[in-house]
Amino acid sequence: MAVSEDDVRHVAGLARVSLEPERVRMLATELNGILSHMEVLAAVDTSGIDLHARDDDDGMPLREDAGPQLPLARSRSAFAPESRDGFFLVPRLATHEDAAEGA
Amino acid sequence: MSDGAMQLTAAAMRDQVVRGERTSRSFVDAAFAASDAADPGGGALNIFLGTDRARTRADADAVGAGGGGALAGVPVALKDNLATLHLPTTCGSRILEGYVSPFEATAVRRLREAGAVTVGKTNMDEFAMGSSTEFSAYGPTRNPLAATRVPGGSSGGSAAAVAAGIVPIALGSETGGSVRQPAAFCGVVGIKPTYGRVSRYGLVAYASSLDHVGVFGRTVDDAALGLQVIAGSDPRDATSIDVPVPDYRSAAGSSMAGVVVGRPREYFPESLDPRIRDACDATLDALRSAGAEVRDVSLPHTDLAIPAYYVIAPAEASSNLARFDGVRYGRRAPGDGLRGMYEATRSRGFGAEVLRRILLGTYVLSAGYYDAYYRKAMEVRRLIAGDFHAVFASGVDVLLTPTTPTPAFAIGAVSDPYEMYLSDIFTVTANLAGVPAMSVPVGTVDGLPIGAQVIAPHFGEHRMLGVAYAIERTRQTRDAT
Repeated sequence: MAVSEDDVRHVAGLARVSLEPERVRMLATELNGILSHMEVLAAVDTSGIDLHARDDDDGMPLREDAGPQLPLARSRSAFAPESRDGFFLVPRLATHEDAAEGA
Repeated sequence: MSDGAMQLTAAAMRDQVVRGERTSRSFVDAAFAASDAADPGGGALNIFLGTDRARTRADADAVGAGGGGALAGVPVALKDNLATLHLPTTCGSRILEGYVSPFEATAVRRLREAGAVTVGKTNMDEFAMGSSTEFSAYGPTRNPLAATRVPGGSSGGSAAAVAAGIVPIALGSETGGSVRQPAAFCGVVGIKPTYGRVSRYGLVAYASSLDHVGVFGRTVDDAALGLQVIAGSDPRDATSIDVPVPDYRSAAGSSMAGVVVGRPREYFPESLDPRIRDACDATLDALRSAGAEVRDVSLPHTDLAIPAYYVIAPAEASSNLARFDGVRYGRRAPGDGLRGMYEATRSRGFGAEVLRRILLGTYVLSAGYYDAYYRKAMEVRRLIAGDFHAVFASGVDVLLTPTTPTPAFAIGAVSDPYEMYLSDIFTVTANLAGVPAMSVPVGTVDGLPIGAQVIAPHFGEHRMLGVAYAIERTRQTRDAT
């Protein structure tokens, strides 16, 4: 399962990362080197493993569906000064500003 | 310090503050003096990323005599991936440069409520991804015992702060050995508790199923006291487990009579440095002389731990670090449209090792590769956990192994990513299985400290500490003769 440069570009896109062409080549080499050490996993017999099995029947302990108030040390306005309709406003992107102006 | 203030244990410092014999301010000033002596200007060892001495002194002045806190007036240091209210939490990354959290990590709050005074946030590999503290965006930390060497990582700054005599207790975090390995490299004690024993609330997530908050101490007692304060369930962490917290320091006088110590053969390979093997075997001999039974055991899936770990941890990291997008946290880089801004922010904000792990994690989770890598690694993780379950079920109380295959290596000596990953070879298993483990100094190789690792069953910290106290005791006896 060799990692190609196209694979690197594909996963970089999924991860929202941009890469220079030279870095793509380097990463393909590095990821192939690392993943070559993972091939040993394929030979392990794990047919008896059930990832959903638990040692007990308790399941994940759940708290009451009314979480405690988040202990913010500062008011929301101190770290998110703008809000509208219950939502935080973040700095606009230039493209959004253009869209707003055109609306 | 000339008056020996920083040679005291944390418990002794606390007692002196409570009795009014010394002030917390005097201990904090002694910590600053020790820091200035070890790391003039902060640039030599590069231990701290964030300090505010005026605030620290004010916090110390607020700790009066007569208070009952378990750490009243004791200076401590915190790894920079634990959320604090007044100092930035950067995780050693440019992408979080200057970020100040609006909430406080539970472990940090518990230290503060016990009277501890924070002297600074410590350097670390970016987002805890590293084993040497060379991969911080703010430059490497150097080992206080040998400045050409790494302190280990990723909690290298916290280990160095304890080793340099600045604080008796520091907090770190572990995903694959990031407390125990630097503890071994710096000649201090490092504990990784049971998964769920200490709340992860406010610990910036790397790989959530493997992340733990851990404790460094100059002595076993310092580390035990630190763990005592931060342990316990927390409704803000869904993986926190509500199990009573025993008195860990009561393990100090534990008899070794009848204690069964396992020596797993997979942790003593032919290739192991014979000097490290001999130091561990001498430690086992000392425990045997104290009444313990030493038994050869096997954990047969150990050699699969590094491959499984370096599938699971990057996979979880690729998801956890998706939140750093230029909108919700930290810095933003301009780009073409929303996607362009995301990509510019993340590409410029993350360092090379973080990007490598994000891409590796994204790859093993992507369509067509999930079953081959991620699912398989999770199944192998079950086998590794089963090894521990079987050996403890057979009557073994604790395991003793080397903490690391080598002493601290030279800065810049390890450039191949997988070779760096192998420095965690004896520690990642405990993270995969969730069992508690700790490193205790047991000697030196070429003048550099090495550690032995004690591993216990889930919630077996008291027994683990009992053995660690005994190791420390027998070393002190040997050193004195």
